[in-house]
Amino acid sequence: MTDTIAAAPAARSYQPHQRPLWQRILLTRESAVIAALLIVIAVSLATVRNFDSPLTVTYLVLDIAPILLIALPMALIIVTEEIDLSVASIVGLASVTLGLAVQAGVPMPAAILLTLTVGLVAGALNGFLITVVGLPSLAVTIGTLALFRGIAVGLLGTTAITDFPEFWTDLARDRIEGTPIPLIAIPIVLLFVIFSLVLHFTPFGRGIYAIGLNKEAAHFSGVHVGRTKFTLFVLSGVVSAFAGIFFTLNYGSARGDNATGLELSVIAAVLLGGVSIFGGRGALHGVFAGVLLIGVLGSALRLSNVSSDIINVITGVLLVLSVVGSSLLALARRARIGARKKDATPTAP
Amino acid sequence: MFQQFQRRGRLAAIAAVTVTVALAATGCSSAGGGGEGGGEGGGDTTITFLPKNLGNPYFDTSNAGGQEAVEEFGGTFAEVGPTEATPTSQVSFIQTAAQQGTSALVISANDPTAIGDALQEARDAGTKVVTFDSDTDPEFRDIFINQASAEGIAKVQVDLIAEQIGDQGQVAILSASANATNQNAWIELMQEELEANHPNIELVDVVYGDDDDQTSFDRTAALLQTYPDLAGIISPTTVGIAAAARYLSTSEFKGQVALTGLGTPNQMREYVEDGTVTAFALWNPADLGYLAAYAAKALVDGDITGEEGDTFEAGKLGEYEVGADGVVLLGDPFEFNADNIGDFDF
Repeated sequence: MTDTIAAAPAARSYQPHQRPLWQRILLTRESAVIAALLIVIAVSLATVRNFDSPLTVTYLVLDIAPILLIALPMALIIVTEEIDLSVASIVGLASVTLGLAVQAGVPMPAAILLTLTVGLVAGALNGFLITVVGLPSLAVTIGTLALFRGIAVGLLGTTAITDFPEFWTDLARDRIEGTPIPLIAIPIVLLFVIFSLVLHFTPFGRGIYAIGLNKEAAHFSGVHVGRTKFTLFVLSGVVSAFAGIFFTLNYGSARGDNATGLELSVIAAVLLGGVSIFGGRGALHGVFAGVLLIGVLGSALRLSNVSSDIINVITGVLLVLSVVGSSLLALARRARIGARKKDATPTAP
Repeated sequence: MFQQFQRRGRLAAIAAVTVTVALAATGCSSAGGGGEGGGEGGGDTTITFLPKNLGNPYFDTSNAGGQEAVEEFGGTFAEVGPTEATPTSQVSFIQTAAQQGTSALVISANDPTAIGDALQEARDAGTKVVTFDSDTDPEFRDIFINQASAEGIAKVQVDLIAEQIGDQGQVAILSASANATNQNAWIELMQEELEANHPNIELVDVVYGDDDDQTSFDRTAALLQTYPDLAGIISPTTVGIAAAARYLSTSEFKGQVALTGLGTPNQMREYVEDGTVTAFALWNPADLGYLAAYAAKALVDGDITGEEGDTFEAGKLGEYEVGADGVVLLGDPFEFNADNIGDFDF
């Protein structure tokens, strides 16, 4: 970073961007993921039997909806160079809360509100420990991963609550009239638009990137580092609770061990979508495409009767390749900047 | 300037290569998978086995039995499944089977209700659903293949111990936990069976090892000290019988005190081979898969609908009748001994 700043004034008079527009749009991680997604869809349509049925869309959206939802706040958290490993446990805790509330005769809207509140409190606890107490988010959320899951399983044991009102379970599973797209797509798209606007078009969003690039610099530039992170962890808790409500109603079953391990799918998709684990880089359209890419690939491979351990291997290889790919790009960029610095001395008048 | 252009070109090239590699990885895998998908279809009976999870020797055995049956009647066999046995991990595989128009799905359910909606959609699409080993709520499937009845499990263990101790003497039971429903039901039935048909056998104690290896081991040691005349131990739990066998095999009681119960061949193999245990019982998972496949075929062919009283032929196992709630009972538990234990790997 310091190299660029030192070299830039000498090398060019004033050039806002080093590369032309088409390169800046096409040669990004996000575009690569979107291109990969389109190619996988095209190849699957041409070669995989039954992939072209409308059911593919329905099942795909129902399957990846919780991941899509939680990936939104997770991406923002990772951009600030933090992580939230407790999201799947919050899904489990939300599932149990909703189940117990319904079992106790609480009307559904109130039960949903209560569940979202539990998510908010869980997220606030994470945020408090990270921003006020000042502990690293990795350690805190590994702890709360165990804590929230422990409470969830402790409350329900190995039993399940399954008697949810049919109106609400139908709401979770029904399609938008005349399309194969489930209703859950509406809140997903809505949240995606809101999160994108906040991240990419508000000072709060700029602050998120600034924190990820350099926390101290962000602080001295007037970004409320603690408050921003606290807000993100609370958001993560609430969205995870919402995903938990959907998960529970979709499967019609509240269990303490619901969605175990989901946090890894979410983080994998976020990283595949081009968000840097070192913070400061990433965009939500890439994350959206990353989740879809893993989902579409999985559904195409399952339809081809590929066994699930092979599917895991392919997803893993894809993830490693995408990380290696972005490192190569960064390496190339550094080499180019270094070379230009060398060039700059002899050509300067 | 030219140099700079070249470098830009190189960056673009690196980016292009990276993207291509990513695409090749994804593209190839789908295309490779696509080839396999074309094998099925066209009026053929396709039967898909969906175990709780892959890489589980118990289900490898049951699926092998299913495959044998499907090959016998000339259908197409497929085996899919999640890598982890979580409540909802089977859902996407059920959906896929429904989408492929699979004739029948044979499934061991990870959760009795969470997969219900997916199974219902599959049945609406024309797929027959047979559960085995672990059932769903009855409304979500056509038939459940039950591995063994409580009466059968109780009777086989009493018969085995009676045979091994010469039908007289003191016996004790090493159970799992004191509030395990199925264990208590079996113990009660064993007591009834002993009183009714084996008056010379005295049940002196029931102890609980909590399905924990060390606790079961200690309870076995305590039993043998408390009852010096003990002739035999029944342990109707796979953890308990293995721990008791481990204790007996290294003690002075080896070969003196009989041990039987419910165990798996892989856990019990060394104790059968060293003479600590003569025979123990469990169902045969291969037969379970075999019967489930024939039940699926009978449903697909319309020979049965899952109504009580329906009967169907199941190859080498003979004729079976559907009982109440669409349950088909595999039969008496299977006895494992030194002669046949080598045939099993689960």
